[in-house]
Amino acid sequence: MNQLIPIFILIPIIGYSLSLITNRKKEGLISAIAIATAAMQFIFISSAAVYFLLYKQDYLSLKLITLLKTPEFDFYIAFILDKLSFVFLFVGSILTFLVSIYSKFYIHREEGFKRFFNNIQLFFLGFNLVVIGGNFETLFLGWELIGITSFLLISFYKNRYLPIKNAMKVVSLYRLGDVFLIVAMWLCHHLWHENISFEQLTNSAWLLKSYDEHFNLLFLISLSIFIGAAIKSAMYPFSSWVARAMEGPSSSSAIFYGSLSIHLGVFLLIRTYPIWESFIAIKVIIIFFGLLTSFICNSIAQSQPTVKTQIAYSSISQIGLIFIEVAFGWHNLALVHFMGNAFFRTYQILVSPSVLHYQIHNQLFAKPKQVITNSGQLLNSLYMLSIKEYNMDHMLFHYFWMPFKKISKLFAIFNNKFFYIFIIIFFITGIILDINTLALHPTLLEFFVYSFAILALVLILISFTERLSSIYAWLNVVFGHLFIMMSISLNSHIQLKFVLMYLSSILLFGLLGYIAIKKLKNATTSINLDQYHGSGSEHPRLSILFLISCLGLIGFPISPLYIGIDLMLTYIESHEYIIMGIVGLSLIFIEISLLRVYSRLFCGIPPISNQPVAFKSS
Amino acid sequence: MSNRQTVDFGQSVENAIHELKHYLPSQSPIKDFIHHNSLHAFQDQKFFQGIFDARNIFGYNVTLNIEEFRALYASGRIQHSILEKHIENTKGKENVQLWLNKMLNSDFNFEQAYNIGKTRTIWKKNYKVDLDNKVHPLLFRVICAYLDQGVSIWNFPTNDNSFIENLRYLEVNSFTSFFKTKRAKQLLENTSTTINDLLQIIVGDEQLYFTYLFDQQFAHRGWSGMVASIEHNPSSLLLGKKISLVDFIHFELLLEIDALDHQFGTDWKPIKYAIGEEGLTSIFEKKIISESDEILMIFQEAFEWSYYDPILFGLKNAKKSIANTNHNFQAVFCIDERECSIRRHIEKTGYPCETFGAPGFFGVEFFFQPAGGFYYEKLCPAPVTPKYLIKEEDHTKHIEHSFLYNKLAHTYFGALLFSFAGGFVAFFELFKNLLFPSKAPAISDAFGHVGQLSNLHIEYQDIYPSENGLQLGFTIEEMTIRVANQLKNIGLVQNFAPIIYMIAHGSSSANNPHHGAHDCGACSGRPGSVNARVFSFMANHPKVREALKEKGINIPTSTQFIGGLHDTAADQIMFYDIDVLSQQNALLHEQYSLQFEQALDLNAKERSRRFASIKTDMPIKDIRKEIQERSVSLFEPRPELGHGSNALCIIGRRSLSKNIFLDRRAFLNSYDYTTDPNGELLVNVISPIGPVCGGINLEYYFSRIDNHKLGAGTKLPHNVMGLIGVANSSDGDLRPGLPLQMIEVHDPIRLLVIVEHMPEIVHKVISSNAGIYDWYAKEWIHLVVLNPVDNNLYYFRNEKFEIYNPLFVDIQTAKHMGTIFENATQMSAFEIDDATKENLPIYYLND
Repeated sequence: MNQLIPIFILIPIIGYSLSLITNRKKEGLISAIAIATAAMQFIFISSAAVYFLLYKQDYLSLKLITLLKTPEFDFYIAFILDKLSFVFLFVGSILTFLVSIYSKFYIHREEGFKRFFNNIQLFFLGFNLVVIGGNFETLFLGWELIGITSFLLISFYKNRYLPIKNAMKVVSLYRLGDVFLIVAMWLCHHLWHENISFEQLTNSAWLLKSYDEHFNLLFLISLSIFIGAAIKSAMYPFSSWVARAMEGPSSSSAIFYGSLSIHLGVFLLIRTYPIWESFIAIKVIIIFFGLLTSFICNSIAQSQPTVKTQIAYSSISQIGLIFIEVAFGWHNLALVHFMGNAFFRTYQILVSPSVLHYQIHNQLFAKPKQVITNSGQLLNSLYMLSIKEYNMDHMLFHYFWMPFKKISKLFAIFNNKFFYIFIIIFFITGIILDINTLALHPTLLEFFVYSFAILALVLILISFTERLSSIYAWLNVVFGHLFIMMSISLNSHIQLKFVLMYLSSILLFGLLGYIAIKKLKNATTSINLDQYHGSGSEHPRLSILFLISCLGLIGFPISPLYIGIDLMLTYIESHEYIIMGIVGLSLIFIEISLLRVYSRLFCGIPPISNQPVAFKSS
Repeated sequence: MSNRQTVDFGQSVENAIHELKHYLPSQSPIKDFIHHNSLHAFQDQKFFQGIFDARNIFGYNVTLNIEEFRALYASGRIQHSILEKHIENTKGKENVQLWLNKMLNSDFNFEQAYNIGKTRTIWKKNYKVDLDNKVHPLLFRVICAYLDQGVSIWNFPTNDNSFIENLRYLEVNSFTSFFKTKRAKQLLENTSTTINDLLQIIVGDEQLYFTYLFDQQFAHRGWSGMVASIEHNPSSLLLGKKISLVDFIHFELLLEIDALDHQFGTDWKPIKYAIGEEGLTSIFEKKIISESDEILMIFQEAFEWSYYDPILFGLKNAKKSIANTNHNFQAVFCIDERECSIRRHIEKTGYPCETFGAPGFFGVEFFFQPAGGFYYEKLCPAPVTPKYLIKEEDHTKHIEHSFLYNKLAHTYFGALLFSFAGGFVAFFELFKNLLFPSKAPAISDAFGHVGQLSNLHIEYQDIYPSENGLQLGFTIEEMTIRVANQLKNIGLVQNFAPIIYMIAHGSSSANNPHHGAHDCGACSGRPGSVNARVFSFMANHPKVREALKEKGINIPTSTQFIGGLHDTAADQIMFYDIDVLSQQNALLHEQYSLQFEQALDLNAKERSRRFASIKTDMPIKDIRKEIQERSVSLFEPRPELGHGSNALCIIGRRSLSKNIFLDRRAFLNSYDYTTDPNGELLVNVISPIGPVCGGINLEYYFSRIDNHKLGAGTKLPHNVMGLIGVANSSDGDLRPGLPLQMIEVHDPIRLLVIVEHMPEIVHKVISSNAGIYDWYAKEWIHLVVLNPVDNNLYYFRNEKFEIYNPLFVDIQTAKHMGTIFENATQMSAFEIDDATKENLPIYYLND
């Protein structure tokens, strides 16, 4: 029976592939594929559920395929099917089914009809991977797919300014959450010296032993998981992104931010419950943030004057409560709460335009009261804070992103050709060193390890704030990647074939991206990063080529880098948290800088166009 | 209107505010959607000069672009002969080849630069700060929260003072602030601060204030326009708010100071230093019309006349239908172009009958108060202010609520309850609506406007006190005047049939914030059912009948008027007050209502050709069902296509247009010149055409040409802001204008008004009032007169009538309209040459 689990991945993969190859004008076919995919998935889930009930199964698991194996490292795809997966699979497929039917009519004749459904299908695949993923690696695969489809659907209207700006905002936070998951995976690997599966977590004796031996490590793992989950589910202080994400067509907002994507934090917490179950401190943290979020976001929801923002905050407020339920171990309650909240918010977003007529019509017969308030200072203050969304957006920008911007501006002086000569010399030094690591004094070696890692981060940060040359921005990331590899490979000995695998994928995608930029440069007047060029509509092929290159360099599952990054990290020891910190930051900013270059070049309002374009403020 | 080109910078803030109010979009809160010319501010100039000025100043696109025109030419939709003729008219015969080549082949420089927004760029370039980015989100949120009509549950703490005083109150009585820095807070708390003081800090030079304020406000024209509109007409909000553009600007300037202080400390220099000594050119700087503009002008005219010309040929040469005096019934519809097809179907099916067209408020203007309602709804054209109130009395009526829309869903404990219980209810609701769409409380239902069986207080009685200065109902004399005028205007003064239907219209739709735009424009964007009932009551009143007799209108006692409402989206008709019918008429009505049903079937079939989800060759009852379901489906962004494709307005007898097929593109206003040889009635008939039909046509024109800047863009991502407008996302500016889904099938051409009368009389009539005259003299609407005596066409050009001879066209006679609809092409893409392929040519019809 467990051999049949992959079918839940196979159905979305087939659906997505069929959707990709369908002609973009065949609206009926494209939507039919999406509807059929979700319906098929639902039928198979129902049948599997019947089987579970009849044979009273707790769970089924399957280790599908090992992608890479070393004595220390075993990267494999595994699945698990249990009650938790079932609930999420069920809600996921039925909502995707309903939203696909809705969108068939709703998105009709919209430019990007096919793009919309492709993204929905890719999202559906990612969602299913997350919920039946049997280990962190498989789950993370889906997690990344969801992140990138979010970016693409928020920026669905890519010729307007706000969708692009907000897509960047959301994806930056998502990436932050991703890196916390990467850190959790890295720590897990060091704790257990293998790639654990979720099935193993059900073995409480084994887990208890680790708990005794590696209390601190396990605590850090739990904390990282919590932060990853908190960002995905928009807990305070990360809540403001949900309202910003409501940029795509209502139906995509409904499925992403009303229901499925936003509840994945809850899923992650329940899935990893055995890991953090024994930490009272973690539970207290979860309950504290859950409660804080539910109060703050509810007060924001009550004061917001726009329908979708109100729904967004109402939903987050409930998820805060669900977090508490999860922490108390009331998982059945949490799952019912999740289902109710997901259905209700999806519905609310889908009918959000109706609110206008409904409320106005009601007001004709129930006169709205003009409340003359003379409320106290405290209430006034809370009201103002709620209107300002508790300054969350501002705080994140000011206290998190801004310092990095400032730091990277310090390095702006390096941004010239001499610096590149230096970089290349340094790089060659690195290669020489790499070959004879043994010849070097350990302290000196350590010095090089750190300086390469720091140099990588500096290069990537320079790229992150580069205001002019997209080529420099691109090359900096490529070099940054190379220096990360250099640093790690100096740190501990890595088999040459892995270095080559890592290196070749960087060079391949680096080159592809470089070609795309060069071609674009020949085709247009300017490719500077100080403005949006919106070249995507005129050069759709270059746009796709460049997006693929970016995804490749980010370590998206289309490139071997996806495994490579994971593998490399296993060579950083668990006590080398400084190196890990630097590399982690680099991974965050690689994605942000690359997508930033992508959006500046290919999205946004084209400065010269004889087609009407929107105002920046709309 | 004054000549605005003389406006110069360096004028006082008051002047800037005054001018801003003139140029900002004037759309009122979205619940009252009233069509108007999007570029009304430029209407004091000739059409092309006006739109090119608007483009040069504000950067709007105002015509199709050259590639689109060339594609239209290539597809034959701009006819070669017409194009040549227009080049010849403007450039002379000898230059035809030269210009033809320029227009079709040579490189073309399109205008890119515009004047507005230069000071905003200076912030970005010289100060490296994106002020819009920093100020807009909070500005929009605060103004939206302040004006909010009922989205939020926790309302803006208000003390019934002005916007700024409210903010000041909050700022003083709280522990937090809207600002990040001290100075802005202090400036707000200081009651003596004026806009001038703030401008002094930011701009520094009085000469620049005018330009600065224009740039600043036009960076978010949606909200500024809404504020100005509410200030101008505070009663457009149910929940009154004290707001003024001055207050709004005051707050924005404070936020700007705050943002700059936050970035630079208080030590930054006003923008005048960045601008320098030479200053800025005026945003109203005049540009001459360039050669490329002329190319666009000629193309636009050729595009318009490629459509008008065959229509005029057809009108001139069609077999005039023989006047028949024996009608089983008569029906008066709204002039709305969507009623053009239902009239055709009803005339060609079953019993012989006669139809008329009149503005859908049927000449009775009043406020309406529904049973149990607290507010009055205006039911007449927007510029009219009625003195009458009609109250509805209905004991059976109850307001339906939907559990799922309850605001409790956003309160702390309510939300908890709702996400458990509500979630599963919502799930079934959604499932139900997706598979079996049906009426629900949240659906805007045209028939819900007035109860079918409710009582209306129509006749004034002395015992009624007046309410808020409004008289309750009409006196007999007032009724008589209105009925007489209406009947005379449409030429219905003899040969009365036993039943005369007054069919108003409205439109049902689901999930549609723009539903008001689909309702009757002559009823201020509402269904006209009450007007139909009120008019019928008046015309049936025995005392009115007697008084009418004295005026020479002799309606037989057996004749009865019946009100009805046509739902243009669902294609359904409801009749009101049928219990007044005599026994004999009641029997007749039963038969006639079947004829209406048949006509509705055919109408649904005709409309279905534009809907991709419906196959036009399906069994007709299935089409009817699908059409009906569209109007209640949550997922349907196009319940109907509104006024899309409107292009003509025919003022004349029905015999003129009865035998030609106009594809639902013509406003049809009945008017019989033989009853009005001197044009005394024509003034009344023609005066609403400009603001109502012209307004609709131009709003569609501009929303179609520049859907991003003058239209609302696609409605799919729209978010309802405070129940007063829509915007994209949470932080976007309000989007006035029409959404993409309403204008797709629209050909952007001006309205052609065709009047059946003598040219001299029409000239006299339009000259009698500058308000009417300017629409035609300044060419925002084309005017052609069809002289019934010599059957010649006269085009009003350069303020005089010239004879117009259309080119010969071979117009086909449609044997079976149904086949034509079934075979019509459907657009597959939005590009103009593709999108308008589906508009059908003119056909002759058999009598």
